[in-house]
Amino acid sequence: MALSETPVSRRLQSVKHIIIVLSGKGGVGKSSVSTQLALNLYRSSPTTRVGILDVDLTGPSIPRMLGLDGHGVHQSSDGWVPVYADGVDARLACMSVGFLLKKKGDSVVWRGPKKNGMIKQFLSDVRWGELDYLVIDTPPGTSDEHLSLLEHMAPVHSRLSSVIVTTPQAVALMDAMKCLSFTRAVNLPVLGLIENMSGYVCPCCGEISNVFSTGGGEEMARREGLKFLGSLPVDTELVSLLDASDGTEAASSAGSSSEPSNAAAEPAESFQLLQRYSKTSSANLFKNILERVAASLSQDTEVPTSARI
Amino acid sequence: MVQAGNTVEDVPDNAPEHCPGTESEFAGKTEACAGCENQEICASNQPKLPDPSLPFIKERMSNVKRKILVLSGKGGVGKSTFTAQLGWAFAADEQVQTGIMDVDICGPSIPTILGIASEQVHSSSSGWSPVYVQDNLGVMSVGFMLPSARDAVMWRGPKKNGLISQFLKDVDWGDLDYLVIDTPPGTSDEHLSIVQFLKESGIDGAVLITTPQEVALQDVRREIDFCRKVGIRILGLVENMSGFVCPGCRTESQIFKPSTGGGKKLAQDMGIELLGSVPLDPRIGKSADYGVSFLDEYPESPACIAFLDIIDRKFFYLSGVLVADSDFRN
Repeated sequence: MALSETPVSRRLQSVKHIIIVLSGKGGVGKSSVSTQLALNLYRSSPTTRVGILDVDLTGPSIPRMLGLDGHGVHQSSDGWVPVYADGVDARLACMSVGFLLKKKGDSVVWRGPKKNGMIKQFLSDVRWGELDYLVIDTPPGTSDEHLSLLEHMAPVHSRLSSVIVTTPQAVALMDAMKCLSFTRAVNLPVLGLIENMSGYVCPCCGEISNVFSTGGGEEMARREGLKFLGSLPVDTELVSLLDASDGTEAASSAGSSSEPSNAAAEPAESFQLLQRYSKTSSANLFKNILERVAASLSQDTEVPTSARI
Repeated sequence: MVQAGNTVEDVPDNAPEHCPGTESEFAGKTEACAGCENQEICASNQPKLPDPSLPFIKERMSNVKRKILVLSGKGGVGKSTFTAQLGWAFAADEQVQTGIMDVDICGPSIPTILGIASEQVHSSSSGWSPVYVQDNLGVMSVGFMLPSARDAVMWRGPKKNGLISQFLKDVDWGDLDYLVIDTPPGTSDEHLSIVQFLKESGIDGAVLITTPQEVALQDVRREIDFCRKVGIRILGLVENMSGFVCPGCRTESQIFKPSTGGGKKLAQDMGIELLGSVPLDPRIGKSADYGVSFLDEYPESPACIAFLDIIDRKFFYLSGVLVADSDFRN
């Protein structure tokens, strides 16, 4: 593999770990897992710096989930300035095509080459600064976006790893399997598998319903020799938190001033997201997942050369 | 402020930066075009040569009376499930010939949902034969062409477009009353291609599927925007997974809360029809996993009633274009 320097490798030099969140199927919770992963990494220490890049170009959800709807990206002499979810602390940087749209409902109707160009720009032109982790949220499938990501990040391949998200149904597991085949074909290390939407607790009687059946993810991990990172039940609190985190307040304050993240209202707003997230039951469960991710990551870095080529 | 353009463009892979797109009226005329080896072709303003497969597609599609797209910006909201149920509902009438075409190339779910995952496509002198679920319900999906279900289809746009074109021109659908087309999430290659390929034959309309949360509605808004840009008639919106009835205590709760008013509000705001809301029922997912028809298995369930109501209302009795002609209904 040619390790010549490219604009992407230069830009990502200062990023320690790059974690790509994948799933063959749509709507299994990639974006919510990416968001949770970023939030958990963020709160794992008071100095950790995390970036989250949304390469779902035709259906970006990350801005909404982080309560950043309506923000815009600004150009600096050193590239695009990401939107900071935690305001002035600037430890949780976010970039998405959602920030580039004129109107919320605008569709991005792009074929492969244009998506490829955008991804390249995201990887080479965003001023992330020093990052401990860059979490990359992807669209469903194994197509242009995924191939472009891997292609452009080839020079930093040794720092790449991935997490696969699935739900317990057979239909989703089948796509997760395809996704796993993809990671094997492109030689991308898999930190493990997360089973999302595994059961739903009735808020009235507490009975657990397996809305989308259960256990399939763990079974698949065992069969394929993958690490099982954990299962997350449907958490209505989390759904509402990530769904309703309306950026209207933050957006209006950002809209009135040309400075991206100095408005006083913003830090409080976004800290609130983290605080409220910390109270959900998912946050508790995710702690264990994060530990396993961290363990996989350290194992992974021990054997970087043998894993490659 | 950095802004992304959002026009339907055709920028080739090897185009210079800021290429206006080969279909643009500025093609070959902007500064960016200087030095591009294809500048003359673009600037000559001659109509582009039509895709050679278009006449064949038109010929093949002339035997299909109604072409319906199932769309949704978001993944996992139930496009394939709805497509399958719609197919089954049409095919319940023995006189009606129905085809289902799955253009989700990277994540084909239709074969599993219809219980024909292990089948293969055969080719004959008249083209590829669809796989038949029953005599009057034929299916085509990339899922039938993979050596193993585990294999990933790692294709970029042009290859996906090529297969979609083949699905339209090479599949021996025969005479069809309905062709229901299941799509992948998003607004990209597959969607643009199907619209372009079927431009001449005409798409009768699109059904949009959503779930109640804002995160899904956001993507559906984009899909509506897409439909309007490319001129596809929207038949209406179906809200899936709205409400869940606990099998223990029978209380209904909202798993995916409609924090911004759900599908109803979206339909109102965008001026489209809400065809109906289908509650979340674990048995729907299970039926899909086992490849059996939910409508046949649990005809008494509220979800089934909601499904049938949508299908009846929209596709058989009410709507203008789709049902106005009764010549093939009887």
